[in-house]
Amino acid sequence: MGSNAAEGRQATAASSTPPAIELRGISKAFGPVQANKDISLSVRKGAIHGIVGENGAGKSTLMSILYGFYKADAGEIFINGEQVHIHNSQDAIAAGIGMVFQHFKLVENFTVLENVILGAEEGAMLRPSLAKARELLGRLAEEYELSVDPDALIEDLTVGHQQRVEILKALYRKADILILDEPTGVLTPSEADHLFRILRNLRDEGKTIILITHKLREIMEITDTVSVMRRGEMTATVETASTSPEELAELMVGRKVLLQVEKKPAEPRDVVLEIEDLKVTDENGVERLKGISLQVRAGEILGIAGVSGNGQSELLEVLGGYRTASGSIRLNGRALDLSGRHSDGQSRRAAGIAHVPEDRQREGLIMEFAAWENIAFGYHNDPRYNRNALFMDNAALRADTREKMERFDVRPPIPELAARNFSGGNQQKIVLAREIERNPDLLLVGQPTRGVDIGAIEFIHKRIIELRDQGKAILLVSVELEEILSLSDRIAVMFDGRIMGERLPHETDEKELGLLMAGMQNGEAA
Amino acid sequence: MERMPRWADVFLVPFINLLLAFFVSGLVVLAVGEDPLKAVWIMLKGSLGSTAGLGYTLYYATNYIFTGLAVAVAFHARLFNIGGEGQATIAGVGVALALLAVNWPHWMLALPFAIIGAGAFGAFWASIPAYLQAKRGSHIVITTIMFNFIAAAVMGYLLNGPLKSPKTQNAESLPFPPGTHLPTAHELLAPLGIEFSKSAPLNVSFLLALLCAVLVFLLLWRTRLGYAIRAFGQSESAARYAGISSVKIIMITMLISGALAGMLAINVVMGEQGRLIKEFVEGAGFVGIAVALMGRSHPFGIVLAAILFGMLTQGGFELLWEMPNLSKEMVLVIQALIILFTGALDNMVRAPLERLFLYLNRKKRAA
Repeated sequence: MGSNAAEGRQATAASSTPPAIELRGISKAFGPVQANKDISLSVRKGAIHGIVGENGAGKSTLMSILYGFYKADAGEIFINGEQVHIHNSQDAIAAGIGMVFQHFKLVENFTVLENVILGAEEGAMLRPSLAKARELLGRLAEEYELSVDPDALIEDLTVGHQQRVEILKALYRKADILILDEPTGVLTPSEADHLFRILRNLRDEGKTIILITHKLREIMEITDTVSVMRRGEMTATVETASTSPEELAELMVGRKVLLQVEKKPAEPRDVVLEIEDLKVTDENGVERLKGISLQVRAGEILGIAGVSGNGQSELLEVLGGYRTASGSIRLNGRALDLSGRHSDGQSRRAAGIAHVPEDRQREGLIMEFAAWENIAFGYHNDPRYNRNALFMDNAALRADTREKMERFDVRPPIPELAARNFSGGNQQKIVLAREIERNPDLLLVGQPTRGVDIGAIEFIHKRIIELRDQGKAILLVSVELEEILSLSDRIAVMFDGRIMGERLPHETDEKELGLLMAGMQNGEAA
Repeated sequence: MERMPRWADVFLVPFINLLLAFFVSGLVVLAVGEDPLKAVWIMLKGSLGSTAGLGYTLYYATNYIFTGLAVAVAFHARLFNIGGEGQATIAGVGVALALLAVNWPHWMLALPFAIIGAGAFGAFWASIPAYLQAKRGSHIVITTIMFNFIAAAVMGYLLNGPLKSPKTQNAESLPFPPGTHLPTAHELLAPLGIEFSKSAPLNVSFLLALLCAVLVFLLLWRTRLGYAIRAFGQSESAARYAGISSVKIIMITMLISGALAGMLAINVVMGEQGRLIKEFVEGAGFVGIAVALMGRSHPFGIVLAAILFGMLTQGGFELLWEMPNLSKEMVLVIQALIILFTGALDNMVRAPLERLFLYLNRKKRAA
């Protein structure tokens, strides 16, 4: 199954009107890294076109070139059949291209209207622009289900609504081509559904939409055509209707991938972790956890589903020993100190908790440290890593790192290499190797496969299940429902600092979980 | 996949910076109607051409090693200690108190106590901004700068009040007992048959500075504490995750930093002056920042950079003497240019060089 056959299928899509976007031979190198290699792409007008690929495949680079953030080393860009030269985002906007970034670029304490006109004000006075934007927003709200309160402050809006503001900003600037970068990463399933309705409406009005994502399910659901990128190259462009997730995954990775995790049924034993009425109030006085109670047994994986920002991070931080809380947590029957006076990350590790943090770059690793220095991170007081009271045993550390790298298939297996020089998946493997090989009673895992390529996901999932089968308790936090459903033995859904309910994976589905994630129980808002 | 070979990063970049600084300085010298090449020659001869010149160069370098190390240690914890000046000033009081307390019979007995005095007082002066940073979040750059002024005021009070010598009109302490005199290079080298200038103030403190450099290296890259300091400096959030206490690291790092800055008082107050005077630090605290920057916060680099800045200081004085057209301010301008190019404008040279190396690498791979 090569890309030739796939390209053949694409040819049938040709029509008489010029394509909305046509890229010819785009190449871009960052130093020795060829981020884009001779990429050609043609998207017909009024289509939703998906671009999938692993991290580092060059999707973002390509879109950044289209939006004028980078200058291509070679290649041409045509919009509606006419060649354009895009040197900055102003040029892109002038060419009718709008971009919705993964991380929104909104002024938090401005209203929706003020954000929409920001940078596109007409004249010295604001009032006329505001009035014009208000009128347009009203119209767009009806046409596309794009309703937002124009006078609300951004900081008061949900993430889904903030995203709509981003789309409105692009439309206000008369964008005909809309690029969305991983738009559903922060949305609940129902918010994502709403977004897809908006996108379909926009398409039906003749807008062209490019959707960058790594979620194959979304590609299948909403796109008309899809391109796959691998290692800077466009490996295939196909009609979505004529492909399957398995085929796309294979095209992305370059080999067959198991999308489903294989595991035996769990054999839960004694309760290892017991949380009762856990409450957390953050630095700003906001209550983040509003009385959480749950249990994790030895030999099972408890998955915590939820849209990010509903208290999962705080839960992990409390368990990891670096956030104070009230309530009680018992590990193997012994109460943990939650006041922060007698506990920190060190004492939690000593108690038998290992922690793969949600954000490996901010917490799990020191990016400038070599791999061998990172292998000791958090365990640097371990006698095995120290020669005496004063000096560390760097030689022992290097040897230990070499072994762990081999067992966890970290590539390249060079202990001296700084963490930042490894790919996302290999960075995560370093963290996992460090935490899993401590043989903890309880393993906390946050977003184990965020920003990790498909090939490494398989490996990471296998390791987590292996640890479960050794009789360890595992608390998994993930915003990826697929991951929660396939790994967990039990699922707890968090919303707004509460557990909305517990389900068994084989007795529930994404729809039910999605409702719980949005704070709905039995169809009622909580 | 490093951007540049290490030798280029460590040696080539500072060297080109230096050349650029000399070039611009040369234009300055030219503008006042003097011969730049001659100026360079005078500076080189003045700083290295005689044992007297070398003695002064290394004496200044000793100060810069101490203050450079102080800045570097703090910098590894991402703390910008601008207060070396004040910490060294207050350390002078510690040295004076230690040396005036007892009629010391021999310097070998006196030195450990002077070191303790200097270290403790310097560390104490750094501990207050450190505490404010660790517990209250007051920015350490602001507080250490302010503490420089407070240190100067405290010194002025002490030398006009409790510590003032009754024997003179000047604001200075009583002279230290003769037994506290640190051997100079002349006295140390004479028994070995090496003739070294009698007038140069270079003394055993230079060896203490080198020892400190080695200790700082071991601390940062061989001990658990150094590991924690560097980890904290690289990522506060990661340190939190690992259970490394920010309060502890900030306090300990600043205590070490303050104590290192304080060692300057051993060289100047004990080694050269033999009594406590006002303003003996003479800006070495600030030069330490440039030294640490140029030395890339590595003890080895700091020793080299400190010697270079020692040459500049000593060569600058010679220049004043030999070229009457160059005012004191002009010499300052030249020194400032070097700080500017090696410290602040570092990226100006680094970025194009990185591109050049990338280009060469790609060509090599293509070939």
